[in-house]
Order: sequence, then C-alpha cells, then structure tokens
Amino acid sequence: MNQNQDNVILDVTDLKMYFPVMRGLLKRKVADVKAVDGVTFKLMKDETLGLVGESGCGKTTIGRCVLGLYRATSGKILFQGKNITTLPERKLREVRKDMALIFQDPYSSLDPRQSAGSIVGEPLKIHQMVMNKGEYRDRVEQLFRIVGLDPSMTDRFPHEFSGGQRQRIGVARALACDPSLIICDEPISALDVSIQAQIINLLEELQSSVKELSYLFIAHDLSVVRHISDRVAVMYLGRIMEICKSRVLYENPLHPYTRALLSAVPIADPFVEETRERIILKGEVPSPLNPPPGCPFHPRCFMAIPECNQAVPPLRTIKEGHEVACIRV
Amino acid sequence: MTELLRVNNLVTQFKTESGLVKAVNDVSYYIDEQEIIGLVGESGCGKSVSQLSIMQLINAPGEIAGGEVIFEGQNLLKYQQHGAEMRSIRGARIAMIFQEPMTSLNPVLTIGQQLTEMLVLHLKMSSDAAHKKAIELMGMVGIPAAEKRIDDYPHNFSGGMRQRVMIAMGLSCNPRILIADEPTTALDVTTQAQLLEMMKDIVQRFRASLVIVTHNLGVVARYAKRIYIMYAGRIVESGTTKDIFGTPRHPYTMGLLKCIPRLDEEEGRKLVPIEGLPPNLINMPPTCAFLPRCSWKIEKCYKEPWPELTPVNGNHFIRCYADTKEAKR
Repeated sequence: MNQNQDNVILDVTDLKMYFPVMRGLLKRKVADVKAVDGVTFKLMKDETLGLVGESGCGKTTIGRCVLGLYRATSGKILFQGKNITTLPERKLREVRKDMALIFQDPYSSLDPRQSAGSIVGEPLKIHQMVMNKGEYRDRVEQLFRIVGLDPSMTDRFPHEFSGGQRQRIGVARALACDPSLIICDEPISALDVSIQAQIINLLEELQSSVKELSYLFIAHDLSVVRHISDRVAVMYLGRIMEICKSRVLYENPLHPYTRALLSAVPIADPFVEETRERIILKGEVPSPLNPPPGCPFHPRCFMAIPECNQAVPPLRTIKEGHEVACIRV
Repeated sequence: MTELLRVNNLVTQFKTESGLVKAVNDVSYYIDEQEIIGLVGESGCGKSVSQLSIMQLINAPGEIAGGEVIFEGQNLLKYQQHGAEMRSIRGARIAMIFQEPMTSLNPVLTIGQQLTEMLVLHLKMSSDAAHKKAIELMGMVGIPAAEKRIDDYPHNFSGGMRQRVMIAMGLSCNPRILIADEPTTALDVTTQAQLLEMMKDIVQRFRASLVIVTHNLGVVARYAKRIYIMYAGRIVESGTTKDIFGTPRHPYTMGLLKCIPRLDEEEGRKLVPIEGLPPNLINMPPTCAFLPRCSWKIEKCYKEPWPELTPVNGNHFIRCYADTKEAKR
C-alpha cells in the first residue's frame, strides 16, 4: 500500500479519550478512566484496518471519537486532511456525511417503528442527497439491491426480517450517502456462524465494487479481523500494542500480548491444534481507572523484566509496516 | 472405556400457539467415563434443550415426549421431575454450567451462600464444613483470596470470576458428568482460554466426563474427543474430532467449515457462506431440514423422510442420502 500522504483517509495522532469519574456531593473529579491513551495510526484509502482487543481496551471508543460522537480529550484526528477534533458541531455534520457506522446489534440498532425503506433513506434526507421523491425511491431501491435485499421489502418493518437481513439493512443505511469511511463496530458478532460469512462477504464485495471505501473494522474475534483486514492493530488497555499486516500478525507476531491472544483463539482443526503453542495468561485485564505503571501488560506478561514497569514503551518500527510497543522485542 | 450416559431417541417438544416445535428430535448419543465430547450447532438447533432435557429441566409448554436417558443403569426419564431421585442426581451426579454467568447467579445471595447450599443439600455437610469446602473449591478454580471473597456478592465479581464460581458450584458435589452450556461465550478470548484449560484439568483430576455445548468449532477442535453436530433438532453428523474435521461428510458440517474464517488461513481465501436461513422449527416437513440450503441435494431427498444416522466409517455417522465421499476440503 502506498504510504504517501495523499492516500491517507484517516490520520489519528496521539489520541486520548479520558472519561472523568465524579464523586461526592460537589461531583468533583476524582480520577480519569483512560479509555484511549495515546493512540496513533493511519488508515489508507481503500484499506481495511482491524482494531482488535478484549472488552474495555478502547477499540469502540476510538471509533466513536473518529465519528465525533465523543470529543477527544487530546490528540488529533485528520479525516481527508481536515482536523475534525476541533470542528464545531454544525461543520461536523457535513464531514459525517462521508463516514458511516455499522452497529453490533442488528436488533436494537434499527428503529422498530420505522419501515426498512425509511431507515435506509433517512440519511439521504438529512444530508439532502436527493432532489425529489422519485429519486429518493430509486436510490433506496438501489441500496436494497446492493446489499442483497429484495427492493419490494422496503415497506416492511425490522421485526419482519431475520438477523442477517437486518444487518443488511444496517449496511444499506451506512452506504446511503456514499461514504468513504465506514466504521464497523462488531458488525457480525450478534449473528449465527452460517450468517456471519454472508455479511463478511457482502462487506468485502462492497469494498471492491465501490470506487473508494475504507473500513475501520472493530471486533474481538481475531480470526474474523484477520480475514477481512489488510492491517491489524492489537489493543490493550487503551493503547496499541502491535500493528502490522494481517498476514504477518499470524505468521510473525512479536508482542507477547499478541502471541498470547493468538494462542487463545482455537483453530477449527484438531490436526493444527495438536501442535500449537499455548500461552495461558494469568489474571485479568486491570481496570483502566488504575492501569499499572510502565507497560500496561507487564503484570500479566510472561516475558516481563523489571525494566518493564519503568516507562510506557512507545510503538517502534521493527520492520517496514510492523510496529510494536515492547522493550523485549 | 465404560459408558456412563446413553441417550436414546430423545424427543423434546414445545406446544406453541402457532404449532408444534420439535426442539430436540430423535437425538441419541453417549458419553464414556472421563471423556470430553462436544455438541455443536447454531442457535435454535436444540443443543441446549437436549441437555436441559437430560436434567429434566423442561417446563411447560415444553415436554419430553419420548426417549430414554440411561445414566448408571437407570432411565432418568422414569423419575418424577421434582422427585427425590431426580433431585439427588440433578446438580450432584450430573451438574451443569450455564452460559450467562451474569444471570445464573442469584444477585441477593453471597457467593458463599450459593456455594454452600449445594454442599449442605446434597452432601449433608454441616454449615461449618460446607464453608471450609466452599473456600477450598474457590481456591481450586483460581479465585484469589477466597476466604475474603466468599462473603462477596455476584456483582463484586468480574464475568470471568463469576464463571469460575459457576464452575466451582458445578464441581462441588463431585459430579460424574459436567455439562458446560456455552461456558465461555460471553467472555474475552484470553479468559476463555484460561477457563477451558482449567475445566479440562479439573475434570481430568475428578475423573469426570465433560460435555461442551457450543457454537464455536474451534473450542471443540481443541478440547473434545468426539463431536456431535446438530441442525434443526437433530444430530446430523457424529464422529471423532479428527473424523469430523478431517473428513467431514454431512453437507452442513462441510458448509460450516467453509464459512468460518480461520486464524491460519491463506491470504485471499474466500468464505463460502451457507445460503439461506436455518429453518423455522414449527410444523417441520418430514424431509431433511437442511434440504433448502443444501448444495448436495439429490432427488431422493425430496421424496424420502429425513434419513437415519448411518455409519460411513467406523464410529463416524451422518444423516444424509447424498454421496459426499468425493468432497474435497
């Protein structure tokens, strides 16, 4: 992938998102939950970047910051070269036309009292993408066809669709304004195994047929993330631990957390499973309210040395396109 | 190996207003002593209901309409649901761990109260002895500072810790069989790996058998010795783990393996989704329920009722008319 600046659609620098914890009668701030703590990455045009990590690692928060749903505490988010962290709400709306979100739960993310056609068409009205009713109807029907739904179903309501079909409605809604970036937040984890593949393939086909479309693909399932992504960023406690091409991630993971995470995912093949390295981590993910000093992973790390609790290791480039935040690598 | 449990032709049905739902239809399987088996299928395939039926935990409108559950020489289905015999087995000789550690613990009782209840009831321990035993059990499943934490409430525990409590509870009366119904689905991958590894070790130490009920093919590939694949209330394929994954023969199993992303897959691998949707179980036709989605169907499939489980090779059985021998993985 061409790393030059023209090809960058999303450029996130040292993003921090702290949620204050208020206590007492006067609601004084007593602490911060450091949901995202200094994250830097770039997303190229037509690229899929996977954000993977366990619950509470901050992956969803990043997605929400990019969409402007949260105001970042500090750091910079450049979308198509424009700094969106400081934009006023009114201007942000224009930028948002170019990005969309697909939600995790296809059951609660669709308004049960709105028809499927109206759900898909709403962004068209909000952003004034269509001139008249005829154009509106044509565009909604076209969107239905793109995601593999029968255009005659536009008048039906969400409860009349299956889970997979509902997620297709969610995808159609995301596509309505021809976005150049779609943030997919766990788009398939609520679906059955045999339906997941249908949605993954739909997302892949869309990317190859639309002329410019990038995905920020947020999920906890490593196999899915690796399958769909060009590059993967592994997160832990609000920080990126390792970022590399998805092929390299499995073949040559360097960060001890990545290695443990990979080994925890069973592969549906008993012949492969017999020979795999298994790293069982001790303990649980610490609270982001009170992260350990130094490397956030060191209390559970099987490679930790005393120096690990001294300073937060920065992301270092090990090879081209492969960055790791660990002093032991 | 001696056989510990044998289920013959189990039928569990629910009488609903819209018709009869045969959630479990003619299911037969067995488990040997000290064996780990996997029961795999998508939501609604009857895997959980079959396990609840064994424990006689089916309430109206559901009923166990036929079959036998032979455990230690006795047919459990002959016992009254609330009778003394069934109570002495349920939770003690055959124990179950449920999917949702958040909802299967009583929020208004302490962990200690819930753990000791079983010991007092089934093993007739004094409350002091039960308290000691409960602390020992909590230590065994890896809950730190068990003496202190025994007086905590479920909300004081994280999801992983709650599931450890559930496992401790399941093991408290030295069961012969532990049924784990999606034991780690709601948990993060590294916690999932910790718990499954621990369950495997403890079950081996107790010389008990383990039934893993899951939709995750990877988990059974890693831990189970034999596997049963369920679809629409029936077992469609059974065999050793290596048979099922190495030479899958039922079109549904083959489809499942082709539609899941694998961590170790080649770059550019395309997923082949199983087209269509799982069937509605209300008033099912007598023909094979997978027929509408099957790519192997032959004329006979439309004419004849669902085939019996037939051996293809030794202990490897499928429920299918098509000749799937030539299939390549």
